[in-house]
Amino acid sequence: MSEGPLLTVEDLRVAYRGRSGPVPALRGVSFIVGRERVGIVGESGSGKSTIGLTILRLLPQSALVSAKRLCLLDTDLMAASERAMRSIRGRRISMVLQDPKYSLNPVITVGRQIAESYKVHSGASTREARRRALEMLEAVRIRDPERVFDLYPHEVSGGMGQRVMIAMMLIPEPELLIADEPTSALDVTVQAQLLVLIDELIRRRRMGLILISHNINLVASFCDRVVVLYAGRIMESLKASELALARHPYTQGLLACRPLIDRAQPELPQLTRDPSWLDAPDESRRGTGA
Amino acid sequence: MIEVHEATVAYGDGSGRIEAVRSVSFNAAAGEIFGLVGESGCGKSTLLRAVAGLAPLAKGHIVLAGREVGISRTRQERRLVQMVFQDPYGSLNPTHTVDKILSEPLAIQGLDAIDRRVIQAFQEVGLGGQHRYRYPHQLSGGQRQRVAIARALITEPRILLLDEPTSALDLSVQAEILNLLKRIGRAHGLTMLMVSHDLAVIAHMCTRIAVMYQGEIVEMLEVQRLRRGEADHPYTRMLLDASLEKTRQGERDTEGTSSPSLTR
Amino acid sequence: MSVETSPKPVTWHDWLLAEAPQSRSQARLTRWYANWLALKRNPLAVSGVIIILALILMAVFASWIAGQSPYAQLLTARLEPPSMEHWFGTDELGRDIFARIIYGSRITLLIIFLVSIVVLPVGILIGTLAGYFGGVFDMFLMRITDIFLAFPRLVMALAFAAALGPGIENAVLAISITAWPPYARLARAETMTIRRSDFILATRMQGASALRIIWSHIVPLCLPSVIVRLTLDMAGIILIAAGLGFLGLGAQPPAPEWGLMVSSGRSYLLDQWWVATIPGIAIFVVSFGFNLLGDGLRDVFDPKGL
Repeated sequence: MSEGPLLTVEDLRVAYRGRSGPVPALRGVSFIVGRERVGIVGESGSGKSTIGLTILRLLPQSALVSAKRLCLLDTDLMAASERAMRSIRGRRISMVLQDPKYSLNPVITVGRQIAESYKVHSGASTREARRRALEMLEAVRIRDPERVFDLYPHEVSGGMGQRVMIAMMLIPEPELLIADEPTSALDVTVQAQLLVLIDELIRRRRMGLILISHNINLVASFCDRVVVLYAGRIMESLKASELALARHPYTQGLLACRPLIDRAQPELPQLTRDPSWLDAPDESRRGTGA
Repeated sequence: MIEVHEATVAYGDGSGRIEAVRSVSFNAAAGEIFGLVGESGCGKSTLLRAVAGLAPLAKGHIVLAGREVGISRTRQERRLVQMVFQDPYGSLNPTHTVDKILSEPLAIQGLDAIDRRVIQAFQEVGLGGQHRYRYPHQLSGGQRQRVAIARALITEPRILLLDEPTSALDLSVQAEILNLLKRIGRAHGLTMLMVSHDLAVIAHMCTRIAVMYQGEIVEMLEVQRLRRGEADHPYTRMLLDASLEKTRQGERDTEGTSSPSLTR
Repeated sequence: MSVETSPKPVTWHDWLLAEAPQSRSQARLTRWYANWLALKRNPLAVSGVIIILALILMAVFASWIAGQSPYAQLLTARLEPPSMEHWFGTDELGRDIFARIIYGSRITLLIIFLVSIVVLPVGILIGTLAGYFGGVFDMFLMRITDIFLAFPRLVMALAFAAALGPGIENAVLAISITAWPPYARLARAETMTIRRSDFILATRMQGASALRIIWSHIVPLCLPSVIVRLTLDMAGIILIAAGLGFLGLGAQPPAPEWGLMVSSGRSYLLDQWWVATIPGIAIFVVSFGFNLLGDGLRDVFDPKGL
């Protein structure tokens, strides 16, 4: 019952203005996100974080952005004014970042931050916002929401901080959630719990999710589709379940160089970068959502 | 080579006293790669620092190469053990060139033939000579970690301590660095003590592993048993499950289900 | 990317921007050059540099630029307005103000130099020692710092003048003694942050002495912020020296110190404004130049990756 893709990105090009000319970050990236979970995996310098920032138009003024299409349903994100973007950010597209230490305001209680997030987008009263915030805290599986409401960010653990971030980002009920390394700062057991939570919330609200990570295991186990990014271009785009059948040598190389617990390898295969990958044509598949 | 007896490291005093490491004991034989794995706050890094001589022991003692060592060490004792840190950026002084970073330990230890040793160190860790007079910010994360490894090896230690040496690196760079570490360990007969939160990395590198939780070792096992999933302690099993799940589903065969689901 | 050595660079510019420096000195010069290029991009900072360079040139080539002696009195030509013969006019004793301004730059530079060589080393030494060793030592040094910080500069200068007699050297001493505490505090704060870095731990593990760690590792990292602070403070120092000169506590007549010139020109302010105003403008321009430079340096020294 999908009415068409949620997010359409076509030939997105982004360059940052550097000292000696523009530095390209994305060089013609195209993909589609439906009401499904898409994982973007890449190493440092691949441009994966730039994608999230570009969709929300949060790049610095000096950045050069161009795209054939960048649309959220029917809204053209490229043409939208800053004012229009402000109402889209948070309300229709939300972003969760890596470290709650840096993305939560340290001098405001977590509960108030969630409530404010709600107020900004719905204009509700303080009391109503507080009620909704408490509901969200429960929805993110925080026991004792009343107590946590009055805590400051430095008083909560990393995992709980991320749950607060998720609560804050999902309370306005956006259609698309972008998560940029949401679990990288967390322990592996906490990671698992958090992902289960995100999974549940996304499904229940029929949202789309873009999960950006350098961890191919994470992306493969959690997402429906995987997009492999290298040097600002998409090398391969495939279903997570078919990752083992990846055809691009970069993807294969990434998969091969992972150390595996249950298999002994005297030496890990190393990834040799083929310079021809830098000029490879865009390999993205235009699959529609689930 | 490394013997740790009932080591306890504590911070603060009185009611604010926290024991980061509680009565930990283990041994590592010469040439062995021993792993310490656990989640954040379990005390593995603190324990490593105690072995390094950077954190004082409240109780217990540490014996390296047959000599008991404390927090204040002689120059020879310092030469015995070196460490590679987690953050490749923070472990190199940004105002020093690579050349200076590598020659300083030699100068401190009073070793000669500095130029020859520096060039040799470059070759050992696979760094090109063009980096010699560069500054850390001009190098990539992997290159910086190579410099850190070269610095640790240049005074010919017998014990190498590794504090999450690849956590901050890309997957492909991690593979290169782990291979390098293994190769160097074999070539020099080094005893290595490696700390990580990543079970797969530990399993790849180490022969024996200690699992830590809240300052204590809850289980010690050989890597083969870990690989077979034969863990006794529930915490170890929990770690294994969380790590394995991601890896297994990452390389799922096609006859698996079409949409991934997270098992509880 | 090929890894063999690049072809011999053609120009100085190339050599200074070399991707792979061949020696320690080249590496250091490369870094300085990169900093310089970064500074050049900021037009305000460049203005500051130009002003300070002009000051230095004025001081060095004073006799050529001034053309006349700053001390030559011609009582028949008192208080003459600016003209072709005397660009800035003459003062109450018929001395050419332009020449006095030019020669006065030497005194200004002397003051800046003397204050810097006292304040920088003392501040860094005390700050790094206190920050590195901590504990009782730190407390002791910081209390001393607090004591010196509590003295108001002008009162100290008065006290020194009273005790030792007025003069530039004593004025400089008075200024320096009260100016170093903030630098100690700054160095201490930086040291305490740097102390926890992994590279310090690595050096400790190699068996380095505290002295080596402080001198070789910590001081170079403290220097940028201390230098920026000093450059920004310079304006204040010049003003205080001028103020002391104004009060008669610093340079003594007939020295062409700018503050002294403002003071002696006070009585003629309404009718012969140039006597007091032009030295005042000189003070302002130099202070401003240092401020601009300090701001520019602060932007350049953004530590790469710390």
